[in-house]
Amino acid sequence: MSVQPAILEYPEAERILPGTRTCAGCGVPIAYRFILKALGPKTIISVPACCVTILHGIYPKTPISANTVNTTFASAASTATGLVAGLKATGRDDWTVLAMAGDGGTFDMGIQSLSGAAERATDFIYVCYDNEAYMNTGVQRSSATPQGALTTTTPVIPKQQQKKDFMQIMEAHHMPYLATASSSYPADVFEKFEKAKDIKGTRFFHLSAPCPTGWWYPTKDTVKIGRMMVESCVFVLYEIENGEFRLTGKSLNIAKTGKKKPVDEYIALQGRFKKMTPDQIAAFQRNVDAQWEAILKRAGF
Amino acid sequence: MIINGAQAAAEAARLCRVQVVAAYPITPQSKIPETLSDYVERGELKAEFVRVESEHSAMAVCTAASIVGARSFTATAANGLAYMHEQLHWAAGARLPIVMPVTNRGMGAPWTILNDTQDTISQRDTGWMQFYCMNNQEVLDMVIIAFRAAEQLLVPCMVCFDGFRLSHTLMPVTVPDQKKVDSYLPPYVPYHKLDPDAPVNINPVVMSDPIPDPNGVLSPGYMGFRYRLQQSLEGALPVISEAGARYGEIFGRSYADPLYRYLTEDAEFLFITMGSLASEASDIVDMLREEGIRAGVIGVRVYRPFPAAALTEAVKDIQVAAVLEKAISYGYEGPLMTELKAALYEQKGNRPALSNFIFGLGGKDVPSGDLLDTARETIAAAKAGKPGGVPTWIGYGI
Repeated sequence: MSVQPAILEYPEAERILPGTRTCAGCGVPIAYRFILKALGPKTIISVPACCVTILHGIYPKTPISANTVNTTFASAASTATGLVAGLKATGRDDWTVLAMAGDGGTFDMGIQSLSGAAERATDFIYVCYDNEAYMNTGVQRSSATPQGALTTTTPVIPKQQQKKDFMQIMEAHHMPYLATASSSYPADVFEKFEKAKDIKGTRFFHLSAPCPTGWWYPTKDTVKIGRMMVESCVFVLYEIENGEFRLTGKSLNIAKTGKKKPVDEYIALQGRFKKMTPDQIAAFQRNVDAQWEAILKRAGF
Repeated sequence: MIINGAQAAAEAARLCRVQVVAAYPITPQSKIPETLSDYVERGELKAEFVRVESEHSAMAVCTAASIVGARSFTATAANGLAYMHEQLHWAAGARLPIVMPVTNRGMGAPWTILNDTQDTISQRDTGWMQFYCMNNQEVLDMVIIAFRAAEQLLVPCMVCFDGFRLSHTLMPVTVPDQKKVDSYLPPYVPYHKLDPDAPVNINPVVMSDPIPDPNGVLSPGYMGFRYRLQQSLEGALPVISEAGARYGEIFGRSYADPLYRYLTEDAEFLFITMGSLASEASDIVDMLREEGIRAGVIGVRVYRPFPAAALTEAVKDIQVAAVLEKAISYGYEGPLMTELKAALYEQKGNRPALSNFIFGLGGKDVPSGDLLDTARETIAAAKAGKPGGVPTWIGYGI
């Protein structure tokens, strides 16, 4: 059991400086700040077309004090692969290569290059920050959008299908390390990235990042919404190290105490779910319960 | 050495000491990555060989590797090249000197694995340089020349050669000495030196108008970057010519001229073409000369940047020319025909009568008889005052 570092023990250097161009209340920079603190200065980031492209600012200024290579939508992992290959070929394999892609660039368009890079055991960290729709282009449905959500391409009939279980897809790639994380639990984020940094091979993070713009809640509630997501087990915090599954942080706590909240309040606070009927909410709850039971079983509870 | 065109391209990459190779197999290119993976696994080439899952990723890998300072190489053809399309724009926009042989192959649908140049011609406007080779020696030489020119200009370069006709045909090729290649091609120095203490955001979002940086220095807007790429390509011909001339001084085969010329000095009739067709046309010229027709050949070696001045100069005393192409801009004519005509618009004085012939699409054989007829028809049409019109398709059958 690792001991969570006290707040004063985190690296002081800030790699995210004032002036990011995300929407107010964006969950991504909260987590990103701790990711970059954990990975340190010798980090180079591959950024495909996504909200993080915007976060990194407009030429010739950037609020991110880390080397960054922007790339095409489907190429987060292949660009990271090129960075790994180029650095190795020029004798600089002490750099950490990080890819920061959204759910569109991961669950959908980027899945090919990610799967290829993971199968080749490319030595890098891939983060899918998941805000559950194509937020950068204006809140269109993605395969990460949950059932029951309104988006600008499901504007009348909320999304009918379930969210893709992406962690299962990635686990099928025999990776040394996979983890989930939430921007509402930055200490958990920091710990997991600090651990992942020292592991060789492809490491994958599914990072939940609430989005007030697309989820329709007040910008002040981002941390609260993210916490409710974990407290109700809609999103579960865990890590899988060489096949060994471990719950972490709040999710581990819920497993121990059994204090799991219902999904009702989480759903009620978000405009995107406003068309859900009581029956649909009950079905949503059943899916969450089934997923949580499976996870508990796997985690040995 | 007796080698095919694909091996010549791989041999050139080895001599250039490429540091990252990322490639996905496609007929008729496959022998290039196969040969290079063999070199790498045997330790004969010190490079990272990335067996990517697609051509789209191949170019993403080359782009990223080139950004951090590795000499990067890939190869493809046809649909593989088309699958790379957005990455071609990205590599050129990011100003990366990647070199990529393309074994020219027709585009589907319907499928063909055989040769024409529709694949590379369709990528003409991506900001890449394009060289076209006539034989396997040129393939080897032009890959090496391409790296030198590309790294000086910070513009990527395709080295195009006909699939199967060159890629799979054995020919004698003189392989240069490694030390001489090293002296010709110094190590690649990237524009950005990666430094954790001075981080940069490469290929970011750029606005339309220039914006001052934190030190108050005005930085270009989007169009400023585009203009710089155009400026580099407008000034590229002398750089390519110097690289070709220097190659000649060291290796004995000069490529100072962006055009291949055969018996052009006293010619009254010219074949104007590209790639291995220029080689075939040269044999036909010998036959035409026996008939008393003073014929010659121009092969366009450097297609981007377009050698407009050299071409117009080359045809200034010519009465009649047949433009032979293995590509078509659907709904108009062969692209070389269009570009030659556009170049001639600036020409004062004589302009030759031009006829356009579309040949050999999807590997269709180009028999000598057809080429002879082409010449005779073009000359007869010019004499009758009826050149031009829509392009004539030769050999399409039914």
